[in-house]
Amino acid sequence: MPEKAKKSKKFIEILPVILKYIILIAALLFILVPIVIIIFGGLKTRGEFYTIPYVPPIPPRWGNIVRIVKMPIFWYMMRNSVLVTGAATAGVVIIASMSAFVFARINFKGKSLMFQFFTLGLMFPATVAILPIFLIVRQIGLQNNLIGVILVLTTFQLSMSTVILRNFFMEIPSELQDAAMIDGCNTIGFFWKILLPLAKPSLAAVASLAVVNTWNDLLVALVLIDKEKLWTLQLGTMQFQGQYGQDLSLVSAFLILAAIPAVIFYIFAQRHIVSGLTAGSLKG
Amino acid sequence: MGPAEDFTGFENIKNILTNNIFLKAVGNSFTIVALSLFVQLPLGLFLAILFGRGLRGRAFFRTIFFLPYVLSEAITAVLWRILYNPEPSRGFINAVLQAMGLETKAWLGETNLVLISIFVVLTWKYIGFHMLLYITGLQNIPRDVEEAALIDGVNKRQMFTYITLPLLAGTIRTSVYLSVLGSLQVFAIVWIMTKGGPVNASEVLSTYMYRFSFVRFQLGYGAAVAIVMLIIALIFSITYMSFVRRTEHIV
Repeated sequence: MPEKAKKSKKFIEILPVILKYIILIAALLFILVPIVIIIFGGLKTRGEFYTIPYVPPIPPRWGNIVRIVKMPIFWYMMRNSVLVTGAATAGVVIIASMSAFVFARINFKGKSLMFQFFTLGLMFPATVAILPIFLIVRQIGLQNNLIGVILVLTTFQLSMSTVILRNFFMEIPSELQDAAMIDGCNTIGFFWKILLPLAKPSLAAVASLAVVNTWNDLLVALVLIDKEKLWTLQLGTMQFQGQYGQDLSLVSAFLILAAIPAVIFYIFAQRHIVSGLTAGSLKG
Repeated sequence: MGPAEDFTGFENIKNILTNNIFLKAVGNSFTIVALSLFVQLPLGLFLAILFGRGLRGRAFFRTIFFLPYVLSEAITAVLWRILYNPEPSRGFINAVLQAMGLETKAWLGETNLVLISIFVVLTWKYIGFHMLLYITGLQNIPRDVEEAALIDGVNKRQMFTYITLPLLAGTIRTSVYLSVLGSLQVFAIVWIMTKGGPVNASEVLSTYMYRFSFVRFQLGYGAAVAIVMLIIALIFSITYMSFVRRTEHIV
Protein backbone atom coordinates (compact mmCIF):
# COMPACT_ATOMS: atom_id res chain seq x y z
CA MET A 1 0.00 0.00 0.00
CA PRO A 2 2.63 2.59 0.88
CA GLU A 3 4.54 1.46 -2.20
CA LYS A 4 1.57 2.32 -4.38
CA ALA A 5 1.00 5.67 -2.68
CA LYS A 6 4.62 6.52 -3.27
CA LYS A 7 4.30 5.68 -6.92
CA SER A 8 1.19 7.77 -7.48
CA LYS A 9 2.73 10.67 -5.62
CA LYS A 10 5.68 10.52 -7.93
CA PHE A 11 3.31 10.53 -10.88
CA ILE A 12 1.56 13.63 -9.55
CA GLU A 13 4.90 15.31 -9.17
CA ILE A 14 6.03 14.69 -12.71
CA LEU A 15 2.61 15.33 -14.24
CA PRO A 16 3.13 19.12 -14.45
CA VAL A 17 6.47 18.53 -16.18
CA ILE A 18 4.85 16.24 -18.74
CA LEU A 19 2.05 18.71 -19.25
CA LYS A 20 4.56 21.49 -19.68
CA TYR A 21 6.34 19.59 -22.43
CA ILE A 22 3.09 18.71 -24.17
CA ILE A 23 2.14 22.39 -24.27
CA LEU A 24 5.62 23.32 -25.41
CA ILE A 25 5.54 20.81 -28.25
CA ALA A 26 2.05 21.90 -29.30
CA ALA A 27 3.15 25.55 -29.39
CA LEU A 28 6.29 24.68 -31.33
CA LEU A 29 4.26 22.71 -33.86
CA PHE A 30 1.88 25.65 -34.29
CA ILE A 31 4.80 27.90 -35.17
CA LEU A 32 6.89 25.48 -37.21
CA VAL A 33 4.46 23.32 -39.17
CA PRO A 34 3.23 26.14 -41.47
CA ILE A 35 6.83 26.97 -42.40
CA VAL A 36 7.77 23.32 -42.93
CA ILE A 37 4.70 22.67 -45.10
CA ILE A 38 5.59 25.59 -47.37
CA ILE A 39 9.21 24.42 -47.64
CA PHE A 40 7.95 20.95 -48.56
CA GLY A 41 5.59 22.41 -51.15
CA GLY A 42 8.16 24.70 -52.73
CA LEU A 43 10.53 21.82 -53.37
CA LYS A 44 8.00 19.74 -55.29
CA THR A 45 6.77 19.74 -58.83
CA ARG A 46 3.31 21.10 -59.44
CA GLY A 47 1.99 17.59 -59.94
CA GLU A 48 3.55 16.29 -56.75
CA PHE A 49 2.13 19.23 -54.85
CA TYR A 50 -1.38 18.16 -55.71
CA THR A 51 -0.90 14.42 -55.21
CA ILE A 52 1.46 14.17 -52.23
CA PRO A 53 1.45 17.66 -50.72
CA TYR A 54 2.44 16.93 -47.14
CA VAL A 55 5.31 14.47 -47.33
CA PRO A 56 8.96 15.56 -47.34
CA PRO A 57 10.23 16.45 -50.80
CA ILE A 58 12.50 13.49 -51.44
CA PRO A 59 14.20 13.97 -53.79
CA PRO A 60 13.83 17.77 -53.71
CA ARG A 61 12.80 19.32 -57.03
CA TRP A 62 14.58 22.57 -57.68
CA GLY A 63 12.56 23.40 -60.78
CA ASN A 64 10.37 26.06 -59.19
CA ILE A 65 13.27 27.66 -57.36
CA VAL A 66 15.30 27.78 -60.59
CA ARG A 67 12.34 29.22 -62.48
CA ILE A 68 12.03 32.11 -60.02
CA VAL A 69 15.76 32.73 -59.81
CA LYS A 70 15.72 33.08 -63.60
CA MET A 71 13.00 35.74 -63.50
CA PRO A 72 14.64 39.17 -63.87
CA ILE A 73 11.77 40.72 -61.86
CA PHE A 74 12.79 38.70 -58.80
CA TRP A 75 16.23 40.29 -58.83
CA TYR A 76 14.75 43.74 -59.35
CA MET A 77 12.66 43.20 -56.23
CA MET A 78 15.68 42.06 -54.25
CA ARG A 79 17.75 44.99 -55.43
CA ASN A 80 14.99 47.49 -54.64
CA SER A 81 14.42 46.09 -51.18
CA VAL A 82 18.13 46.08 -50.42
CA LEU A 83 18.45 49.68 -51.66
CA VAL A 84 15.44 50.94 -49.72
CA THR A 85 16.42 49.09 -46.55
CA GLY A 86 20.06 50.15 -46.70
CA ALA A 87 19.28 53.80 -47.34
CA ALA A 88 16.44 54.08 -44.81
CA THR A 89 18.48 52.32 -42.13
CA ALA A 90 21.43 54.62 -42.71
CA GLY A 91 19.09 57.61 -42.61
CA VAL A 92 17.45 56.47 -39.38
CA VAL A 93 20.74 55.82 -37.61
CA ILE A 94 22.40 59.07 -38.71
CA ILE A 95 19.46 61.38 -38.01
CA ALA A 96 18.21 59.67 -34.86
CA SER A 97 21.66 59.52 -33.25
CA MET A 98 22.10 63.26 -33.78
CA SER A 99 18.63 64.23 -32.57
CA ALA A 100 18.92 61.83 -29.62
CA PHE A 101 22.22 63.43 -28.68
CA VAL A 102 20.66 66.88 -28.72
CA PHE A 103 17.73 65.76 -26.58
CA ALA A 104 19.97 63.87 -24.17
CA ARG A 105 22.87 66.27 -23.77
CA ILE A 106 22.17 69.82 -24.89
CA ASN A 107 19.94 72.20 -22.97
CA PHE A 108 17.92 74.77 -24.84
CA LYS A 109 14.66 76.59 -24.45
CA GLY A 110 11.55 74.59 -25.24
CA LYS A 111 13.48 71.31 -25.29
CA SER A 112 10.96 69.30 -23.34
CA LEU A 113 8.06 70.61 -25.42
CA MET A 114 9.95 69.76 -28.56
CA PHE A 115 10.71 66.29 -27.31
CA GLN A 116 7.05 65.76 -26.45
CA PHE A 117 6.21 66.81 -29.97
CA PHE A 118 8.80 64.38 -31.29
CA THR A 119 7.32 61.48 -29.36
CA LEU A 120 3.90 62.22 -30.85
CA GLY A 121 5.24 60.32 -33.83
CA LEU A 122 5.02 57.16 -31.74
CA MET A 123 1.24 57.48 -31.84
CA PHE A 124 1.05 58.47 -35.47
CA PRO A 125 2.04 55.46 -37.54
CA ALA A 126 2.40 55.49 -41.31
CA THR A 127 -0.81 53.48 -41.79
CA VAL A 128 -2.95 56.27 -40.39
CA ALA A 129 -1.03 58.90 -42.31
CA ILE A 130 -0.83 57.05 -45.60
CA LEU A 131 -3.17 59.38 -47.47
CA PRO A 132 -1.32 62.64 -46.70
CA ILE A 133 1.93 60.76 -47.32
CA PHE A 134 0.71 59.85 -50.77
CA LEU A 135 -0.43 63.40 -51.55
CA ILE A 136 2.80 65.00 -50.35
CA VAL A 137 5.07 62.53 -52.12
CA ARG A 138 3.08 62.96 -55.31
CA GLN A 139 3.28 66.72 -55.00
CA ILE A 140 7.07 66.71 -54.70
CA GLY A 141 7.23 64.38 -57.68
CA LEU A 142 8.69 61.34 -55.96
CA GLN A 143 5.92 58.94 -56.88
CA ASN A 144 7.33 55.83 -58.57
CA ASN A 145 10.71 56.70 -57.17
CA LEU A 146 12.45 54.66 -54.50
CA ILE A 147 13.68 57.88 -52.89
CA GLY A 148 10.07 58.64 -51.97
CA VAL A 149 9.72 55.28 -50.22
CA ILE A 150 13.06 55.76 -48.48
CA LEU A 151 12.14 59.24 -47.20
CA VAL A 152 8.79 58.10 -45.82
CA LEU A 153 10.14 54.96 -44.16
CA THR A 154 13.03 56.91 -42.63
CA THR A 155 10.79 59.63 -41.27
CA PHE A 156 8.31 57.33 -39.63
CA GLN A 157 11.00 55.49 -37.70
CA LEU A 158 12.69 58.59 -36.32
CA SER A 159 10.51 59.00 -33.23
CA MET A 160 11.02 55.51 -31.90
CA SER A 161 14.73 55.41 -32.74
CA THR A 162 15.35 58.81 -31.16
CA VAL A 163 13.58 57.77 -27.96
CA ILE A 164 15.61 54.55 -27.72
CA LEU A 165 18.95 56.26 -28.41
CA ARG A 166 18.19 59.18 -26.09
CA ASN A 167 17.66 56.70 -23.26
CA PHE A 168 20.99 55.05 -23.99
CA PHE A 169 22.82 58.35 -24.31
CA MET A 170 21.42 59.57 -21.02
CA GLU A 171 22.91 56.57 -19.27
CA ILE A 172 26.42 57.62 -20.23
CA PRO A 173 27.77 59.60 -17.25
CA SER A 174 28.09 63.35 -17.79
CA GLU A 175 31.47 63.26 -16.01
CA LEU A 176 32.78 61.65 -19.15
CA GLN A 177 31.72 64.63 -21.20
CA ASP A 178 33.19 67.05 -18.64
CA ALA A 179 36.49 65.17 -18.73
CA ALA A 180 36.54 65.19 -22.52
CA MET A 181 35.80 68.92 -22.57
CA ILE A 182 38.66 69.61 -20.17
CA ASP A 183 40.94 67.64 -22.45
CA GLY A 184 40.00 70.01 -25.25
CA CYS A 185 37.22 68.08 -26.97
CA ASN A 186 34.32 70.12 -28.31
CA THR A 187 30.70 68.97 -28.40
CA ILE A 188 30.91 67.52 -31.88
CA GLY A 189 34.19 65.81 -31.08
CA PHE A 190 32.66 64.30 -27.95
CA PHE A 191 29.66 63.05 -29.94
CA TRP A 192 31.74 61.63 -32.75
CA LYS A 193 34.82 60.27 -30.99
CA ILE A 194 33.50 59.24 -27.60
CA LEU A 195 29.73 58.90 -27.46
CA LEU A 196 29.11 57.06 -30.73
CA PRO A 197 31.81 54.40 -30.17
CA LEU A 198 30.43 53.86 -26.66
CA ALA A 199 26.89 53.58 -28.01
CA LYS A 200 27.76 50.95 -30.64
CA PRO A 201 25.50 48.26 -29.13
CA SER A 202 22.52 50.60 -29.01
CA LEU A 203 23.22 51.85 -32.53
CA ALA A 204 23.32 48.24 -33.69
CA ALA A 205 19.99 47.60 -31.97
CA VAL A 206 18.34 50.63 -33.59
CA ALA A 207 19.82 49.76 -36.98
CA SER A 208 18.64 46.14 -36.78
CA LEU A 209 15.16 47.25 -35.87
CA ALA A 210 15.17 49.68 -38.78
CA VAL A 211 16.28 46.90 -41.13
CA VAL A 212 13.41 44.64 -40.06
CA ASN A 213 10.79 47.41 -40.19
CA THR A 214 11.90 48.79 -43.54
CA TRP A 215 12.39 45.41 -45.16
CA ASN A 216 8.89 44.32 -44.13
CA ASP A 217 7.00 47.41 -45.27
CA LEU A 218 4.23 46.77 -47.72
CA LEU A 219 1.82 49.68 -47.49
CA VAL A 220 4.17 52.57 -48.26
CA ALA A 221 5.59 50.85 -51.33
CA LEU A 222 2.12 49.74 -52.41
CA VAL A 223 0.83 53.29 -52.34
CA LEU A 224 3.85 55.01 -53.87
CA ILE A 225 5.07 52.52 -56.48
CA ASP A 226 3.29 51.31 -59.62
CA LYS A 227 6.21 50.47 -61.88
CA GLU A 228 7.00 46.77 -61.85
CA LYS A 229 10.74 47.36 -61.96
CA LEU A 230 10.52 49.36 -58.74
CA TRP A 231 8.54 46.82 -56.70
CA THR A 232 10.04 45.96 -53.36
CA LEU A 233 10.15 42.33 -52.31
CA GLN A 234 6.99 42.61 -50.18
CA LEU A 235 5.07 44.35 -52.92
CA GLY A 236 6.37 41.72 -55.33
CA THR A 237 5.28 38.91 -53.00
CA MET A 238 1.75 40.27 -53.03
CA GLN A 239 1.73 40.69 -56.81
CA PHE A 240 3.30 37.28 -57.38
CA GLN A 241 0.50 35.71 -55.37
CA GLY A 242 -1.98 37.57 -57.54
CA GLN A 243 -0.35 36.49 -60.78
CA TYR A 244 0.63 32.86 -60.08
CA GLY A 245 -1.84 32.17 -57.23
CA GLN A 246 -3.06 28.99 -58.94
CA ASP A 247 0.37 27.34 -59.00
CA LEU A 248 0.78 26.74 -55.28
CA SER A 249 4.16 24.99 -55.53
CA LEU A 250 5.59 27.93 -57.48
CA VAL A 251 4.19 30.41 -54.93
CA SER A 252 5.67 28.31 -52.12
CA ALA A 253 9.05 28.35 -53.82
CA PHE A 254 8.78 32.11 -54.13
CA LEU A 255 8.04 32.39 -50.42
CA ILE A 256 11.13 30.31 -49.59
CA LEU A 257 13.34 32.60 -51.67
CA ALA A 258 11.68 35.79 -50.45
CA ALA A 259 12.14 34.76 -46.81
CA ILE A 260 15.82 33.88 -47.10
CA PRO A 261 17.28 37.40 -46.66
CA ALA A 262 15.18 38.10 -43.56
CA VAL A 263 15.99 34.73 -42.02
CA ILE A 264 19.72 35.12 -42.64
CA PHE A 265 19.62 38.60 -41.15
CA TYR A 266 17.68 37.28 -38.19
CA ILE A 267 20.21 34.55 -37.51
CA PHE A 268 23.09 37.02 -37.43
CA ALA A 269 21.40 39.99 -35.79
CA GLN A 270 18.95 38.28 -33.45
CA ARG A 271 20.64 39.68 -30.36
CA HIS A 272 20.47 43.24 -31.68
CA ILE A 273 16.89 42.95 -32.91
CA VAL A 274 15.80 41.62 -29.55
CA SER A 275 17.60 44.30 -27.58
CA GLY A 276 16.22 47.00 -29.86
CA LEU A 277 12.67 45.73 -29.48
CA THR A 278 12.83 45.36 -25.74
CA ALA A 279 14.57 48.71 -25.28
CA GLY A 280 12.10 50.44 -27.53
CA SER A 281 9.03 49.01 -25.93
CA LEU A 282 10.08 48.82 -22.30
CA LYS A 283 11.51 52.30 -22.09
CA GLY A 284 9.52 54.12 -24.72
CA MET B 1 -5.27 68.22 -55.50
CA GLY B 2 -4.91 71.89 -54.59
CA PRO B 3 -5.87 73.58 -51.36
CA ALA B 4 -9.24 72.64 -49.92
CA GLU B 5 -11.40 74.97 -51.98
CA ASP B 6 -14.69 73.21 -51.69
CA PHE B 7 -14.81 72.61 -47.98
CA THR B 8 -17.60 70.19 -47.32
CA GLY B 9 -17.72 70.59 -43.57
CA PHE B 10 -18.38 67.35 -41.82
CA GLU B 11 -20.25 65.84 -44.75
CA ASN B 12 -17.75 63.01 -45.27
CA ILE B 13 -17.50 62.21 -41.58
CA LYS B 14 -21.28 62.14 -41.35
CA ASN B 15 -21.41 59.85 -44.39
CA ILE B 16 -19.01 57.28 -43.01
CA LEU B 17 -20.55 57.26 -39.56
CA THR B 18 -23.84 56.18 -41.08
CA ASN B 19 -22.30 53.69 -43.49
CA ASN B 20 -22.97 50.09 -42.53
CA ILE B 21 -19.78 48.75 -44.05
CA PHE B 22 -17.70 51.34 -42.23
CA LEU B 23 -19.38 50.41 -38.96
CA LYS B 24 -18.68 46.78 -39.76
CA ALA B 25 -15.00 47.65 -40.31
CA VAL B 26 -14.90 49.45 -36.96
CA GLY B 27 -16.52 46.44 -35.30
CA ASN B 28 -14.05 44.05 -36.92
CA SER B 29 -11.07 46.19 -35.92
CA PHE B 30 -12.31 46.28 -32.34
CA THR B 31 -12.90 42.52 -32.44
CA ILE B 32 -9.29 41.99 -33.48
CA VAL B 33 -8.14 44.33 -30.70
CA ALA B 34 -10.27 42.46 -28.15
CA LEU B 35 -9.12 39.02 -29.32
CA SER B 36 -5.50 40.17 -29.16
CA LEU B 37 -5.92 41.53 -25.65
CA PHE B 38 -7.92 38.71 -24.17
CA VAL B 39 -6.62 35.70 -26.08
CA GLN B 40 -3.25 36.41 -27.67
CA LEU B 41 -1.60 38.30 -24.80
CA PRO B 42 -2.72 35.96 -21.98
CA LEU B 43 -1.55 33.03 -24.09
CA GLY B 44 1.81 34.73 -24.62
CA LEU B 45 2.12 35.45 -20.91
CA PHE B 46 1.21 31.88 -20.06
CA LEU B 47 3.82 30.49 -22.44
CA ALA B 48 6.43 32.97 -21.22
CA ILE B 49 5.88 31.96 -17.60
CA LEU B 50 5.91 28.30 -18.55
CA PHE B 51 9.11 28.45 -20.57
CA GLY B 52 10.75 31.66 -19.52
CA ARG B 53 12.85 30.13 -16.84
CA GLY B 54 14.53 26.90 -16.08
CA LEU B 55 13.82 25.28 -19.40
CA ARG B 56 16.68 23.70 -21.23
CA GLY B 57 17.30 25.05 -24.71
CA ARG B 58 15.49 28.29 -23.89
CA ALA B 59 17.45 30.28 -26.44
CA PHE B 60 16.55 27.79 -29.16
CA PHE B 61 12.84 27.97 -28.35
CA ARG B 62 12.95 31.73 -28.25
CA THR B 63 14.52 31.73 -31.71
CA ILE B 64 11.70 29.55 -33.06
CA PHE B 65 8.85 31.47 -31.44
CA PHE B 66 10.26 34.76 -32.61
CA LEU B 67 10.90 33.61 -36.20
CA PRO B 68 7.45 34.56 -37.59
CA TYR B 69 7.96 38.10 -36.31
CA VAL B 70 10.87 38.60 -38.73
CA LEU B 71 9.00 37.17 -41.69
CA SER B 72 7.11 39.98 -43.39
CA GLU B 73 3.35 40.30 -43.22
CA ALA B 74 3.24 39.81 -46.99
CA ILE B 75 5.03 36.46 -46.76
CA THR B 76 2.94 35.46 -43.75
CA ALA B 77 -0.30 36.26 -45.55
CA VAL B 78 0.56 34.36 -48.73
CA LEU B 79 1.85 31.42 -46.69
CA TRP B 80 -1.36 31.13 -44.67
CA ARG B 81 -3.52 31.58 -47.74
CA ILE B 82 -2.00 28.35 -49.02
CA LEU B 83 -2.53 26.56 -45.70
CA TYR B 84 -6.15 27.73 -45.58
CA ASN B 85 -6.89 26.50 -49.12
CA PRO B 86 -10.33 24.87 -48.93
CA GLU B 87 -9.24 21.80 -50.96
CA PRO B 88 -7.76 19.22 -48.54
CA SER B 89 -5.31 18.16 -51.26
CA ARG B 90 -3.89 21.70 -51.26
CA GLY B 91 -4.63 23.29 -47.91
CA PHE B 92 -2.92 21.66 -44.97
CA ILE B 93 -5.46 22.66 -42.35
CA ASN B 94 -8.36 21.00 -44.10
CA ALA B 95 -6.15 18.01 -44.85
CA VAL B 96 -5.55 17.54 -41.12
CA LEU B 97 -9.25 17.95 -40.36
CA GLN B 98 -10.15 15.44 -43.05
CA ALA B 99 -7.60 12.95 -41.75
CA MET B 100 -9.15 13.30 -38.30
CA GLY B 101 -12.58 12.68 -39.79
CA LEU B 102 -13.75 16.22 -39.14
CA GLU B 103 -15.60 18.59 -41.39
CA THR B 104 -13.51 20.73 -43.69
CA LYS B 105 -14.24 24.44 -43.90
CA ALA B 106 -13.65 27.32 -46.30
CA TRP B 107 -11.65 29.24 -43.71
CA LEU B 108 -11.35 32.44 -45.66
CA GLY B 109 -14.56 32.06 -47.59
CA GLU B 110 -17.17 31.95 -44.86
CA THR B 111 -18.34 35.18 -43.31
CA ASN B 112 -18.48 33.81 -39.78
CA LEU B 113 -15.05 32.14 -39.90
CA VAL B 114 -12.86 34.58 -41.75
CA LEU B 115 -12.08 36.95 -38.90
CA ILE B 116 -11.08 34.12 -36.56
CA SER B 117 -8.93 32.62 -39.32
CA ILE B 118 -7.14 35.94 -39.71
CA PHE B 119 -6.73 36.27 -35.98
CA VAL B 120 -4.98 32.87 -35.89
CA VAL B 121 -2.48 34.22 -38.43
CA LEU B 122 -1.94 37.38 -36.38
CA THR B 123 -1.33 35.22 -33.31
CA TRP B 124 1.12 33.05 -35.21
CA LYS B 125 3.06 36.12 -36.27
CA TYR B 126 2.99 38.22 -33.13
CA ILE B 127 2.76 35.91 -30.12
CA GLY B 128 6.52 35.42 -30.12
CA PHE B 129 7.07 39.15 -29.85
CA HIS B 130 4.85 39.44 -26.79
CA MET B 131 6.43 36.35 -25.26
CA LEU B 132 9.79 37.99 -25.74
CA LEU B 133 8.64 41.11 -23.90
CA TYR B 134 7.26 39.01 -21.05
CA ILE B 135 10.36 36.84 -20.81
CA THR B 136 12.53 39.96 -20.61
CA GLY B 137 10.19 41.37 -17.97
CA LEU B 138 10.35 38.15 -15.98
CA GLN B 139 14.13 38.14 -16.13
CA ASN B 140 14.15 41.64 -14.70
CA ILE B 141 12.29 40.55 -11.57
CA PRO B 142 14.94 40.29 -8.87
CA ARG B 143 15.47 36.72 -7.71
CA ASP B 144 15.74 37.67 -4.05
CA VAL B 145 12.19 39.09 -4.01
CA GLU B 146 10.85 35.69 -4.96
CA GLU B 147 13.21 33.86 -2.66
CA ALA B 148 12.10 36.04 0.23
CA ALA B 149 8.48 35.28 -0.60
CA LEU B 150 9.23 31.56 -0.72
CA ILE B 151 10.84 31.74 2.72
CA ASP B 152 7.70 33.48 3.95
CA GLY B 153 5.78 30.41 2.87
CA VAL B 154 4.02 31.77 -0.21
CA ASN B 155 2.50 29.12 -2.47
CA LYS B 156 2.72 29.10 -6.24
CA ARG B 157 -0.58 30.81 -6.92
CA GLN B 158 0.05 33.52 -4.34
CA MET B 159 3.49 34.01 -5.80
CA PHE B 160 1.95 34.62 -9.22
CA THR B 161 -0.88 36.95 -8.11
CA TYR B 162 0.97 38.97 -5.49
CA ILE B 163 4.59 38.95 -6.65
CA THR B 164 5.10 38.08 -10.30
CA LEU B 165 2.06 39.78 -11.83
CA PRO B 166 2.46 43.17 -10.07
CA LEU B 167 6.16 43.25 -10.87
CA LEU B 168 5.34 42.48 -14.48
CA ALA B 169 2.71 45.24 -14.67
CA GLY B 170 4.95 47.64 -16.60
CA THR B 171 5.73 45.02 -19.24
CA ILE B 172 2.08 44.02 -19.56
CA ARG B 173 1.06 47.64 -20.00
CA THR B 174 3.61 48.07 -22.77
CA SER B 175 2.54 44.94 -24.57
CA VAL B 176 -1.13 45.98 -24.28
CA TYR B 177 -0.27 49.37 -25.77
CA LEU B 178 1.66 47.91 -28.68
CA SER B 179 -0.94 45.24 -29.28
CA VAL B 180 -3.86 47.66 -29.42
CA LEU B 181 -2.09 50.11 -31.73
CA GLY B 182 -0.83 47.26 -33.91
CA SER B 183 -4.24 45.59 -34.10
CA LEU B 184 -5.92 48.84 -35.11
CA GLN B 185 -3.50 49.15 -38.02
CA VAL B 186 -3.50 45.60 -39.34
CA PHE B 187 -3.42 45.96 -43.09
CA ALA B 188 -1.14 43.75 -45.16
CA ILE B 189 -2.32 40.42 -43.74
CA VAL B 190 -6.01 41.19 -44.26
CA TRP B 191 -5.55 42.85 -47.63
CA ILE B 192 -3.52 39.99 -49.10
CA MET B 193 -5.56 37.19 -47.57
CA THR B 194 -9.12 38.39 -48.19
CA LYS B 195 -9.15 42.03 -49.38
CA GLY B 196 -11.71 42.51 -46.61
CA GLY B 197 -14.07 39.88 -47.98
CA PRO B 198 -16.14 37.81 -48.33
CA VAL B 199 -18.90 40.43 -48.41
CA ASN B 200 -16.92 42.73 -46.12
CA ALA B 201 -16.81 40.10 -43.38
CA SER B 202 -13.13 40.81 -42.70
CA GLU B 203 -13.15 44.52 -43.54
CA VAL B 204 -11.04 46.47 -41.05
CA LEU B 205 -10.37 50.20 -40.73
CA SER B 206 -7.15 50.17 -42.73
CA THR B 207 -8.49 48.07 -45.61
CA TYR B 208 -11.61 50.23 -45.77
CA MET B 209 -9.51 53.37 -45.87
CA TYR B 210 -7.17 51.90 -48.48
CA ARG B 211 -10.05 50.82 -50.70
CA PHE B 212 -11.66 54.24 -50.74
CA SER B 213 -8.43 56.20 -51.01
CA PHE B 214 -6.46 54.14 -53.49
CA VAL B 215 -8.79 51.75 -55.28
CA ARG B 216 -11.81 54.00 -55.76
CA PHE B 217 -9.85 57.24 -55.40
CA GLN B 218 -12.50 58.94 -53.28
CA LEU B 219 -9.80 60.81 -51.41
CA GLY B 220 -12.11 62.92 -49.27
CA TYR B 221 -13.97 59.90 -48.07
CA GLY B 222 -10.73 57.99 -47.45
CA ALA B 223 -9.35 60.93 -45.49
CA ALA B 224 -12.46 60.95 -43.32
CA VAL B 225 -11.84 57.28 -42.48
CA ALA B 226 -8.20 58.10 -41.68
CA ILE B 227 -9.33 60.86 -39.33
CA VAL B 228 -11.63 58.48 -37.48
CA MET B 229 -8.74 56.00 -37.24
CA LEU B 230 -6.47 58.69 -35.87
CA ILE B 231 -9.06 59.80 -33.33
CA ILE B 232 -9.52 56.22 -32.10
CA ALA B 233 -5.73 55.79 -31.80
CA LEU B 234 -5.34 59.15 -30.04
CA ILE B 235 -8.15 58.50 -27.57
CA PHE B 236 -6.57 55.19 -26.74
CA SER B 237 -3.06 56.68 -26.43
CA ILE B 238 -4.21 59.53 -24.19
CA THR B 239 -6.23 57.18 -21.98
CA TYR B 240 -3.23 54.90 -21.79
CA MET B 241 -0.84 57.72 -20.88
CA SER B 242 -3.08 59.08 -18.15
CA PHE B 243 -3.57 55.55 -16.84
CA VAL B 244 0.18 55.01 -16.76
CA ARG B 245 0.74 58.33 -15.00
CA ARG B 246 -1.87 57.46 -12.38
CA THR B 247 -0.62 53.95 -11.67
CA GLU B 248 3.08 54.69 -11.80
CA HIS B 249 2.82 56.49 -8.48
CA ILE B 250 1.36 53.38 -6.90
CA VAL B 251 3.87 50.85 -8.13
